[in-house]
Amino acid sequence: MSVKISTRQVGDVTVVDVSGRITLGEGSSALRDVLRDLTAKGNKKILLNLSDVSYIDSSGIGELVSGFTSVANQGGTLKLLGLTKRVKDLLQITKLYTVFDVHEEEAHAIRSFA
Amino acid sequence: MTRILINVDIGTQALIDQDYPSTLESVDQAEASVLEVSGQAGFDEDEQHRIGMAFRECMVNAVVHGNRYNRKKQVHLRVTKSNERFTIQVTDQGEGFEVQEVPDPLDENNLLRHSGRGLFLMGAFMDDVKVRKVSPSGTEVTLVKNVEPRQ
Repeated sequence: MSVKISTRQVGDVTVVDVSGRITLGEGSSALRDVLRDLTAKGNKKILLNLSDVSYIDSSGIGELVSGFTSVANQGGTLKLLGLTKRVKDLLQITKLYTVFDVHEEEAHAIRSFA
Repeated sequence: MTRILINVDIGTQALIDQDYPSTLESVDQAEASVLEVSGQAGFDEDEQHRIGMAFRECMVNAVVHGNRYNRKKQVHLRVTKSNERFTIQVTDQGEGFEVQEVPDPLDENNLLRHSGRGLFLMGAFMDDVKVRKVSPSGTEVTLVKNVEPRQ
């Protein structure tokens, strides 16, 4: 299953719903394009919903990190929502879990941007 | 369907012995084959996932960094199983690299780097990882998962 990405607006927070696999090639480049587009349009509060992401490889991790830093460089914030156990384990192994602001519930995550 | 070969000489069962072109499609195909034989070898779903992740990182390195997507160059995959271990060997035809020159992705200064986590993840998900240069050019990476004795 390849990646599917859609965006929706909740107040002033842009929620990016991602499903499938974020791996080198189509998956990671699609995520990169969406995050670049949002940043270019001035979106500063981005919530990346990964609850339907079944698999991330090191390239996908790289896109999460690049998205995080590029949004921060524009004065914005990128947060993560709904990590599966495997994705959470991967971020913990790579010591990135504490770098990101990770939430389990969308409403709580939205409020945290205030 | 993966062909099962038996190597009687060294008492090890060869599960995959195949060349792949240097494409991302090959990575997906080879990953599916490795997952299939790791399941047949008796690993549970979580271990299959770890083996698959380690292998994917290894195969991507071979295709992208080793052979640099050169379709004239092949990636050789050999998977074997003995009573003690499940072994994956991935050999590219690239220029090779020095393991000690790969930056530590867990170093605070490298945490936010875009790339450089592949080799680390192989080590995290497998019991042993060996990298060696092969003649005339290329790199052979060996990933080993120990086989737990059946209860």
